[in-house]
Amino acid sequence: MIELNVNGRSVEIDDDPATPLLYVLRGTLGLNGAKFGCGLGQCGACTVIAGSEAIFSCITPISALAGRRITTLEGLGTRTRPGTVQRAFIEEQAAQCGYCIPGMMMRAQALLERNPAPTDAEIRAALAPHLCRCGSHMRVLRAVRRASRAARAGSAGRSVQP
Amino acid sequence: MKARDSRAISRRTALAAGGALIVHFALGARAARGSPGAPRSPASPAPADRGGAGAAGFGGPGRAGRAESDLPGSLRRFPMLDSWLRIDTSGAITLFTGKAELGQGIETALVQIAAEELAVAPASITIVTADTSRTPDEGFTAGSHSMQDSGTAILNAAAQAREILLGLAARRWRLPPEALRVEGGIVTARSGRRIGYGTLVAAQTLHVRAEPHSHLTEPGRHRLIGVSMPRLDIPAKLTGEAIYVQDLKLSGMVHARIVRPPSYGAQLLSVETEAVRRLPGVIEIVRDGSYLAVVAAREYQAIAAMEALARAARWREQAELPDRAKIFGELASWPSNEIDLASDRSSGSRGPSAPAIRTLQAEYRRPYLMHASIGPSCAVARFEAGGLTVWTHSQGVYPLRRALAELLQLPEDRVHCIHAQGSGCYGHNGADDAAADAALIARAVPGRAVRVQWMRADEHLWEPYGPAMLARVRGALDAGGHIASWDYEVWSNTHSTRPGGAGNLMPAWFLEHSLAPHPPHPIPLPEGGGDRNALPLYRIPRLGARYHFIPQMPLRVSALRSLGAHLNVFAIESFMEELALAAGVDSIEFRLRHLEDPRAVDVIRAAAKRFGWTGRARTRGVGHGFAFARYKNLAAYAAIAIEAQVDSGGRVRVRRAAAAVDCGEAVNPDGVRNQIEGGILQASSWTLKESVAFDRRHITSRDWASYPILRFEDVPDSIEVVVADRPGQPFLGLGEAAQGPTAAAIVNAVADAAGVRI
Repeated sequence: MIELNVNGRSVEIDDDPATPLLYVLRGTLGLNGAKFGCGLGQCGACTVIAGSEAIFSCITPISALAGRRITTLEGLGTRTRPGTVQRAFIEEQAAQCGYCIPGMMMRAQALLERNPAPTDAEIRAALAPHLCRCGSHMRVLRAVRRASRAARAGSAGRSVQP
Repeated sequence: MKARDSRAISRRTALAAGGALIVHFALGARAARGSPGAPRSPASPAPADRGGAGAAGFGGPGRAGRAESDLPGSLRRFPMLDSWLRIDTSGAITLFTGKAELGQGIETALVQIAAEELAVAPASITIVTADTSRTPDEGFTAGSHSMQDSGTAILNAAAQAREILLGLAARRWRLPPEALRVEGGIVTARSGRRIGYGTLVAAQTLHVRAEPHSHLTEPGRHRLIGVSMPRLDIPAKLTGEAIYVQDLKLSGMVHARIVRPPSYGAQLLSVETEAVRRLPGVIEIVRDGSYLAVVAAREYQAIAAMEALARAARWREQAELPDRAKIFGELASWPSNEIDLASDRSSGSRGPSAPAIRTLQAEYRRPYLMHASIGPSCAVARFEAGGLTVWTHSQGVYPLRRALAELLQLPEDRVHCIHAQGSGCYGHNGADDAAADAALIARAVPGRAVRVQWMRADEHLWEPYGPAMLARVRGALDAGGHIASWDYEVWSNTHSTRPGGAGNLMPAWFLEHSLAPHPPHPIPLPEGGGDRNALPLYRIPRLGARYHFIPQMPLRVSALRSLGAHLNVFAIESFMEELALAAGVDSIEFRLRHLEDPRAVDVIRAAAKRFGWTGRARTRGVGHGFAFARYKNLAAYAAIAIEAQVDSGGRVRVRRAAAAVDCGEAVNPDGVRNQIEGGILQASSWTLKESVAFDRRHITSRDWASYPILRFEDVPDSIEVVVADRPGQPFLGLGEAAQGPTAAAIVNAVADAAGVRI
């Protein structure tokens, strides 16, 4: 058994400790936000936050995450109470198929918590690990800038806190 | 699995109950309207597949009924209004479309159209998409046809339904329909009397044939069409709700992975399964000839077992792939069917020709390109009681159903395909094959829902690629700087190996009783395949065009967004630039002097204006390029201007793009911009980054490191899209309109910057 802290809740996990976090989130915990894209840490679709760091959940075994606070897309908010980053992405309509976007939102969340007013170059650099095939990049960049402005006007906190 | 006699397969279609209460209108309730002499459509002889339509009925599922050529859009094939719309006694409205949401925003646009013409709020409409037991068979969601086909059908069906409802209220109150108005699904008389759609529909029916003409809402009074309504699916996608097929969780669901062969045509010689069988969670190992898969309780257990099984498998390989370094020379030498494209448009028919004074020629190439979906293909299937249910992100649930029925030798009515969203596909990717995987494996573990998720390498190595292509152009200028003649040749494989038959499902190639792919056929113009957009829209006195259709396919290929239009528009628009240079004329001016269509002229001027083409500053290492096309010469018009920077190492970056598009009436302008922006970025990636790699036996582009695509560092500083305002004009498909013009505009900009062409 491994104890994980996911979106402020403590959960006991009976999966093999070598199982990458992604499969535990999606399978055992029923959290759909993180996506399987490559299983190789090459595309960013599986990104979640561990502590304050954006990580690839597809290549991070749960054994490496005991005791670290994990935040997934679901931890940012809900449809009726979206978090700052979610609201900004929705307002910019920053998605087509949307499959890659949650990973980018988690990367943006981690960036804004560390650097509330990133430059455009800093946003691009932060998003460098992420691929999008539909070509939503311009909207994603706009959405992160919008989230940055909104966060500075209000609060960028994750809506679910431990 | 021999004896695949398709005649043995039942053509009957299940008349499964849709969720909505079926409402009834009397057939005669409606005053005849529309063009005089229009067929009043007595019930067409019901083909067997329309089954019991009538008393129980609705025109929903099943193959096309009789084609009614005077009806708009997909109403031609499904003329009954209740194939598209149902209203229950509470006033709840259900909208049906055979098209699928692929991330292009079609659900939102269709709801806007229906809500506009029904005079209701969009939130009062529930939309049901591609489902073989509920929606019309609109074939594939492909070719930028959804708005033209389904959008047009729904526009007219909703307008006619509204008129029927108004007519019912008018009769009930003995008032002329003109004295009534309708808003929010409520009909109101001047006296203030009100009645809702739900009350009006009681014991009546929308089971009536559409009329050829509809009383459409005047464009000037539109509340929803032309408005950038937020996409209906985006909040769910951005908050982690279960919306993708990958998210589907059925009771008792198990997970499967496939052990793919190492190369095309490889044979499984042996596999040691005992050790794998004992791994944690393993439920079943499925082997059928060279087809090998494993089923486990949990997803990562299936992956671990698949990896162990792959290590235990011995294969014989036999693939012979062409020499990639010489591919374009080889392409032109492969046997081909010759198709003359310009025979009816040749000499003299396009205006007088002056003597040529200068001739140019050029060759243009496109490598094999991947769809490269970010999420690998996935499907969930359950086989029970002799029937199969499949949740799939296929672009065509009905064609897939026919293929799966053939694959499993089931009657078609025992196969139910339900579309669920996947990662963007951009054409025929692994979606249908994953559905076949899920079906084959589900049959081996009956009663259990099986989720098959492809691994990254499965998608990269086994998806059907957009074919490599080659074009050669020879053109002459006259003394006045006009084109005197134009001779065009294009070489390509087919651009569609979709199912079709079960032989087009890749897993079927490896079964003990394997099925071979169906022989490819060219798609005739005006749609076209390799020859899509091979004929320029420009006025050219002497025009020759030939398509060399190559049946031999050493690499698996099929439909990739825009098919051959990507290369053909690239070639035509690059060559126009060459001719303009030779004529000493600005390239936009040169295009305009060869165009008659005022809408083409308008988008070119609009893109040039937004870009600031005239008077643009010249900077060392920075170039400007332009391109234009009307997709398929019959759908949306798109003009794109690009500013590109070429650094001293030859690295190219697009700095900005300005586009103008005319897609007829734009239902959701932001949706149009989203598609065009995305098309520009995707085509930039194709043009500047991509080429499927292979050696003489194996595809070697197996992941994102070996098949790089556009990244954030490559993305332009800005993309602007001007959407032409064409109220009341027919919808023109736009989803693929940017691909060709982007490629040409980039290369023209690079040539402008560097003085070289690539």
